[in-house]
Amino acid sequence: MGKTGKISLYLLVFISLLSFSAPLISPYDPDKIDLDSIKDAPGLQHLFGTDNKGRDVFSRVLHGGRISIIVAVLAAFLSMGIGLVIGLFSGYLGGKIDTAIMAIVDLFLSFPALLLAIGVSVVLPPGIYTVMIAIAAVGWASFARLIRGYILIVKEAPFVEAAKALGCSQTRVLFIHLMPQCIPLVLVLMGLKLGGYILTEASLSFLGLGAQPPAATWGSMVSASRSYISSAPWMVLFPGFMIAITALCFNALGDSLRDRYGLKIKY
Amino acid sequence: MKVYLIKKLLLLIPLLIGVTSITFTLTKTLPGDPVYSMVGERAQPEVIEKIRKELGSDKNIIIQYLGYIKLLIKGEFGRSYYTNRKVIDDLLSKFPNTLKLALGAMIIAISFGLFLGFISAYKRGTFTDRIISSLSVTVLSIPVFLSGLLIMLFFSLKLKLLPPSGTGDLRFLILPSVTLSLPALATLARITRTTLIEVFDMPFVTTAKAKGIGELKINFVHVLKNALIPIVTVIGLDFGSYLNGAVLTETIFGWDGIGRFTMEGIIKRDYPVIMGCIIVGTTIFVIINLIIDILYHSLDPRVRLYGKNR
Repeated sequence: MGKTGKISLYLLVFISLLSFSAPLISPYDPDKIDLDSIKDAPGLQHLFGTDNKGRDVFSRVLHGGRISIIVAVLAAFLSMGIGLVIGLFSGYLGGKIDTAIMAIVDLFLSFPALLLAIGVSVVLPPGIYTVMIAIAAVGWASFARLIRGYILIVKEAPFVEAAKALGCSQTRVLFIHLMPQCIPLVLVLMGLKLGGYILTEASLSFLGLGAQPPAATWGSMVSASRSYISSAPWMVLFPGFMIAITALCFNALGDSLRDRYGLKIKY
Repeated sequence: MKVYLIKKLLLLIPLLIGVTSITFTLTKTLPGDPVYSMVGERAQPEVIEKIRKELGSDKNIIIQYLGYIKLLIKGEFGRSYYTNRKVIDDLLSKFPNTLKLALGAMIIAISFGLFLGFISAYKRGTFTDRIISSLSVTVLSIPVFLSGLLIMLFFSLKLKLLPPSGTGDLRFLILPSVTLSLPALATLARITRTTLIEVFDMPFVTTAKAKGIGELKINFVHVLKNALIPIVTVIGLDFGSYLNGAVLTETIFGWDGIGRFTMEGIIKRDYPVIMGCIIVGTTIFVIINLIIDILYHSLDPRVRLYGKNR
């Protein structure tokens, strides 16, 4: 892994550790309203300042990060799981089943992603599970397509033929012999996609379709404070920069993983 | 070519049926009864029944879907539950605004994206290349709503150069277009760079150099022509990101287009509006993909189309 990849990984670990230990290390209660210190500028008392209700922005950013990161990571696993199974079957079985599955995949890929995610988040009651489902409902398709393409190549390899000759069942060939071959591809893909999922989560929260108040995520914090952007810009800037930095680290990590495994994935 | 086009067009039908049934089921299972939100929870039962009947929501779901499709074919997307205006009229009146925004964004993204990608590829490995490459990853990692707010804060609230929000002439268009163009611009710069670098290493470039063709001609005629395919794909695919981004950008800048219309529909749980927006959005996206497929053919005769050689 290159230097950029390593730095991004360390930063991600650092951000996650901070967010996950939020209840222990955050200096204030994130939801505690303090009307004596409304919109205090960042300083020693409040590291990232306070918001329009006097809540400590630093504590809120820490707590919000926990939700944002968990949602994005779980959504990535969910999309990966669905995409992996469907891609494996589609690529391995081939023929008409493959054509049919790929038609469905194309249907999902041709949907502007955020619109579909919005659709899902509107149907289900707003909340973090809905955001995960919304992201996965769109995300599985690109996993399925790339894994299917990979399986099409790998299934012609001699070791697959050998496994079949030895009398392995279809299921065994599929899950014991072929699936592990996809691991590098899956890891790289998850790295590449996670940055985007962080952004989608933030966008859905920004639109009010994510975690509901008083719980805050980075996206909903930016959304709630955007009318104060000129009087108290720190309310927008800190959660906003956290989104950007986390997404940037995931993107850089994904890129360097891709280069390391020598995979050619353009997007 | 004709056979190919017809096949492609026929493929659109199941796609659109798929999309409409998805949007239909999505919006039908929505929480909250729109009838109540129209007349209030304490309305007379007869009034509620009457409205239900008008909306057709008392009938079987398949009949409702068929009725919906029939209306769609007539270009009728139903009426908004709130304004009682026809959704199609609103969509048509707002579409030019979104189109203006998307075109503005596209012009910015294509010109700057290609330019930066070209410089980056040409000077690969240098400091300039690294700066451009890191900038494009960074821009890709900033959510549209944040870049929008930052651009608004800086250019209209601090420098007071341009109006922060509203719909109108070019002055109102610049900031939202720039915001909307950013992710596409960065993607384009990245793809242009990788593709050009690949093409630079191809044997025909060496041949061209060996023949003594000038560097400028090699770069702009030989290389660019061969690199265009993936670039055009990305330009087309980015149209989807414009549609996505339009929802956020238009909401932030108060631009009266389809994106903000969608958002208002979501907030008010206005089913016909949401369905109409999603269907129109998807249809536009699908049509653009079709146009790109056709463009491929004219750009690169190597692309074999369906129905040939069979």
